[in-house]
Amino acid sequence: MIEINNLTKIFDQFTAIDDLSFTVKEGEVLGFLGPNGAGKSTTMKLITGFLSASHGTVSIDGFDISNRPIEAKSLMGYLPEGAPSYGDMTTLEFLNFVAQVRGYRGEEITRRVKHVLDEVELNSVSQQTIETLSKGFKRRVGLAQAIMHDPKVLILDEPTDGLDPNQKHHVRELIKNLARDKIVIISTHILEEVTAVCSRAIIIAQGKIVADGTPAELETRSKYHQAVSVRLSENYDLAADLVDLAEVGDVEKDSEDDMVFRILANEGNSIFSQVSEIAQSKHWPVTEFHVSRGQLEDVFRTVTLPALGAE
Amino acid sequence: MGNLLIIFKRELLSYFATPLAYIFIVIFLVVNGFLTFDFGGFYARGQADLAPFFAFHPFLYLFMVPAIAMTMWADERKAGTIELLLTLPINLRDAILGKYLAAWSLIGIALSLTFPIWITANYLGDPDNGVIFAAYVGSWFMAGAYLAIGACLSACTKNPVIAFILTVTICVIFVLLGYPFLLGMLTGWVPQIIIDAISSMGFLTHFDSISKGVFDVRDFLFFGVFIAAWLFASAVVIELKKAS
Repeated sequence: MIEINNLTKIFDQFTAIDDLSFTVKEGEVLGFLGPNGAGKSTTMKLITGFLSASHGTVSIDGFDISNRPIEAKSLMGYLPEGAPSYGDMTTLEFLNFVAQVRGYRGEEITRRVKHVLDEVELNSVSQQTIETLSKGFKRRVGLAQAIMHDPKVLILDEPTDGLDPNQKHHVRELIKNLARDKIVIISTHILEEVTAVCSRAIIIAQGKIVADGTPAELETRSKYHQAVSVRLSENYDLAADLVDLAEVGDVEKDSEDDMVFRILANEGNSIFSQVSEIAQSKHWPVTEFHVSRGQLEDVFRTVTLPALGAE
Repeated sequence: MGNLLIIFKRELLSYFATPLAYIFIVIFLVVNGFLTFDFGGFYARGQADLAPFFAFHPFLYLFMVPAIAMTMWADERKAGTIELLLTLPINLRDAILGKYLAAWSLIGIALSLTFPIWITANYLGDPDNGVIFAAYVGSWFMAGAYLAIGACLSACTKNPVIAFILTVTICVIFVLLGYPFLLGMLTGWVPQIIIDAISSMGFLTHFDSISKGVFDVRDFLFFGVFIAAWLFASAVVIELKKAS
């Protein structure tokens, strides 16, 4: 379990992380979201002990990162932002080095390194020096070193940045397979990733938590949650037919397609059946009709923009 | 194998994975040979010792050692690998010593490859090999002192060039502290005890007596304590950077 209490980081006069507290339990995959500069990477640097906090504590399975750093760091695998690694070493040399530092000896080193090479599909470049690798491969080398010791806690700063869609999918599968009895914290600005792999999402802005919940819970906070999306074949005034329904809010026209409308639900009420009844009785010229899920992107904007002082 | 040794090995191999180690060694040998035979008048002196060889070391190290030291931490910071290194379960002490000893070994390798000069002296005459051996060790310790300054200043910045310039400057100060010319200027108006204190901090004071065959443990101790102090300072700098 990771316990973070009143974590604060002040750089000179600037408060990057402001009194952050949360706990993460085994089996949780926590997505850490936030606009650029919100403090995602700083939080990860504090958790992994690269930076020390101005106030507050981080403890990994009871080991405080500042008092018992070696024990705490042994439990963690960490992919820093940008996946840094020693460019003049080959992939194999680098992973051997990490395996040794992680305490493996002799045969075990070969076995562990082979395992991670297979796991992130690096066998084809194992003899190449890391500086000659593409961005995607470098990221995978970073991932490989992070999972070397099958850590209880895996902290990944933008793990899929720079990967192509196939590799992204592969990394997400990897994270999902890992997750059962582990704690995974990933930072990302790709919202679909959160829906795809995370069991919980925390959105931070200006160093403070502005939302915390499962991706599904967060989606319900979107104004598009339970909205009915309709595509018409000809112009028709939908709003006029819906005036009497108390549960229905506004009708929005899609910004890209003139014939697509979104009928918003008030306070997350389910309006699908009522709207579909009206559509049938009034013979709307409908070609598509479905309930849309809440959009995380919309929630993200709603919760982070006030903190940034816009709107 | 402890983490210190693992890091030491990685660092030393990485010097040889790039042309850096080879260029360093070749230039070290060429410049050494040039200084000893041309400027030092190795043959013309008609004496079977390596005094002209060692006499130039304080000045040779002045730019050779900072060149090795400058990348030690600054490059890690620049490439971001310092974040990887310091989040692995490694004692900071092991990381600092491992990196330092690797660089010091590289200098040791370069220094020991000057052995043909020693052989030449033995071929031409009958030098005191004990003195020469002590001078070699003394020279290596002095290089270690330069290197420790460089290690600390390299930890202060992510720009290797800044680290280089700062290191050369500080090293020049410590060389000059023992320089008879500087001490002569102070004589007469500064109390002798302060002159002695200043002089005792100078590299030349200690290295001169070692290379002349005056074997005094205190001279080696000076360099040892000096190295330890600067390495401790590197640890403080790295810890401070974590908190800044």
